[in-house]
Amino acid sequence: MDLWFSEQHTKNVKLSIRVDKQLYSTESEFQRIDVFDSPEFGRFLVLDGYMMLTEKDEFIYHEMITHVPMAVHPHVRDVLVIGGGDGGACRELIRYNDIERIDLVDIDEEVTRVCREYLPFTACGLSDERVHTYFEDGLKFIRSKVNEYDLIIVDSTDPFGPGEGLFTREFYGNCYKALRADGIMVNQHESPFYPEDALACQRAHKRIVESFPVSRVYQAHIPTYPSGHWLFGFASKKYHPLKDLDDKRWNARGLKCKYYTTTLHKGAFYIPAYVEELLSNVEHTD
Amino acid sequence: MEGDKLTQKNAPIYEALQEMHRMRLVPFDVPGHKRGRGNPELTALLGEKCMSLDVNSMKCLDNLCHPVSVIRDAETLAAEAFGAAHAFLMVGGTTSAVQSMILSVVGRGDEIILPRNVHRSVMGALVLCGAVPVYVDPDCDDDLGISLGMDRDAVAAAIAAHPAAKAVLVNNPTYYGICSDIRAIAKMAHDAGMLCLADEAHGTHFYFGEGLPVSAMAADADMAAVSMHKSGGSLTQSSILLTGKRVEAGYVRQIINLTQTTSASYLLLSSLDISRRNLALRGKEAFKKVVEMAEYARGEINDIGDWYAYGRELINGNSVCDFDVTKLAVNTLKAGLAGIEVYSLLRDEYDIQIEFGDLGNILAYLSIGDRVRDVERLIGALAEVRRRFGRGSSAKLMKQEYIEPEVVLSPQEAFYSDSVSVPIEQTAGKVCAEFVMCYPPGIPVLAPGERITPRVLEYIRYAKEKGCQMTGPEDPDITRLNVIG
Repeated sequence: MDLWFSEQHTKNVKLSIRVDKQLYSTESEFQRIDVFDSPEFGRFLVLDGYMMLTEKDEFIYHEMITHVPMAVHPHVRDVLVIGGGDGGACRELIRYNDIERIDLVDIDEEVTRVCREYLPFTACGLSDERVHTYFEDGLKFIRSKVNEYDLIIVDSTDPFGPGEGLFTREFYGNCYKALRADGIMVNQHESPFYPEDALACQRAHKRIVESFPVSRVYQAHIPTYPSGHWLFGFASKKYHPLKDLDDKRWNARGLKCKYYTTTLHKGAFYIPAYVEELLSNVEHTD
Repeated sequence: MEGDKLTQKNAPIYEALQEMHRMRLVPFDVPGHKRGRGNPELTALLGEKCMSLDVNSMKCLDNLCHPVSVIRDAETLAAEAFGAAHAFLMVGGTTSAVQSMILSVVGRGDEIILPRNVHRSVMGALVLCGAVPVYVDPDCDDDLGISLGMDRDAVAAAIAAHPAAKAVLVNNPTYYGICSDIRAIAKMAHDAGMLCLADEAHGTHFYFGEGLPVSAMAADADMAAVSMHKSGGSLTQSSILLTGKRVEAGYVRQIINLTQTTSASYLLLSSLDISRRNLALRGKEAFKKVVEMAEYARGEINDIGDWYAYGRELINGNSVCDFDVTKLAVNTLKAGLAGIEVYSLLRDEYDIQIEFGDLGNILAYLSIGDRVRDVERLIGALAEVRRRFGRGSSAKLMKQEYIEPEVVLSPQEAFYSDSVSVPIEQTAGKVCAEFVMCYPPGIPVLAPGERITPRVLEYIRYAKEKGCQMTGPEDPDITRLNVIG
């Protein structure tokens, strides 16, 4: 049997992964959810036909979206994760003993239910007693929060589905308001490579720059995401991602990672020239 | 139909178009793009399907000027769905429906009783036919700065003072969702031998939803201009004119044909047909969702603070006899922002396009196409606009007040009189020869034949300064006005 999962990265490019078997498929109120097993990438989760995470390479994404801000901010107590119903970001966060509370808000409870059943390697992050899950629209959840979090992680899907509202000016503004005076927001920032993704990336950057005094972008290499080159946004009210990186303090924690190191942290903010240009084009438009 | 009984599940124009499509006719008639082949760029934009349905009247598709087959069937089904004696499919916007309605009941020198906050199309009809407006002051909510509906006693007084008037016109509802007591007004009009007309540009859903204000036909009004393309979901520019049992449908058809195109668009006609079917079959549940979304948004917006999304609490039993809860109007003055400013901020900063902002209010139009997650964006953006731009005081903002017009000449007389162009600041006290509208909300500030007062001039200056679009006069910048010489 020759069974392949294919995802169109553009109209003219697709990535295919050989599938052993499909484990589960369902249609939630918001999207179609599928789980497959594959020889190369292990188990993987697909939402509306888009690969969300695979067992083999999810560590890159989840380490980079959490440890980068955690190595900069000196005293994170309260964290809000928006999206991330798979639990991967929480799994990394609960490794920090000084975090007291993690609120996780995902619009689709069904994703979490499926992950608890089929993706224990990420969903294990949700069982810690500091993690509180809320299943509602992130934009709605954050509207009433003021000065409440040290770190907000926006672990969203692409801006072309249920995650659309998490790429908007009103959302970033509401995040700013929900953060304490030295808070940091990190977000999934799309890929700069293919034109359509690059446009989404650029728009998100423009809106974050308009909302936060510090706004930088960092990168990682994720094999199963379109182009493999993926960006994250680092937006902050006070801390600079490099000048305020305290590598001694972080390394003293003794957290062992597969991708993240404090050395890589510095390198990740050195982005290719074309990406710099793409982003700087929208930084000073007024 | 070959004798089959038509039901609301049918869409006769749509079905005939499909049949025509299957026959693969060779077109040696207009339109000249010939199913799009002659205009590939437009076809690339609109799609082949759309272009292939852009055809002219032909035997199998009937003719809107004189319907005898599928258009007649579609109109029959529409009349049944709306509870009217007759329904006319209209392709010139609700403006054409409103104007045909008025031209059908008044002629030169006839009086018509109406509120001043009518749409510009009503005033245009008076210029065309020479009827004379008798204005009933709409009640005003001073805090919100919006015109309300007509007070029953004020209508009764106007009827008593002008017993020869031919008709009373009612907005059902206003742009802001305010309904007059149209049942009582229709009865008063009939008792005095007059007809009752309704501008239902914003009331299509009244015919299909539950718990919404009464529709004009159910209230025994005689004619209603219904914007199917607003809450009904059909294509822009398509509309419906309804008539009741006291009106001669054949005469109304003659009036419509005076100004209506002889090349009616089948895109518009089929959109009316399909939308009517959708509303008849699924309108009740669809509008239930719209009401729920609007009520949810109202509650959330009011929780933000400063914004006031008003609702049924405005009902006073008379000039606000009922309120259309699908209209999400928000008063912005407590945030220290003019409605038009909030309108611009939402678009420029948050990529959200709302229906309009006036001096003190915005209106977000909710309909059968909305999604809760988009409503969340609107609410989130309003929270942000208040946080980032709110001035927390309404001291310096001007409210929209009712300015009672002094009618010196009929609109037609004034419009066609010899006039001179005068710098606007020198026009106080003169009689205006043209329209001045403030968009939004598209209601005339000045109509031909009205005296220009210092208050009107101050209002025009302020609205221009706040970014309202002023239209109507010959001089597009409105630095000069034509006045009667």
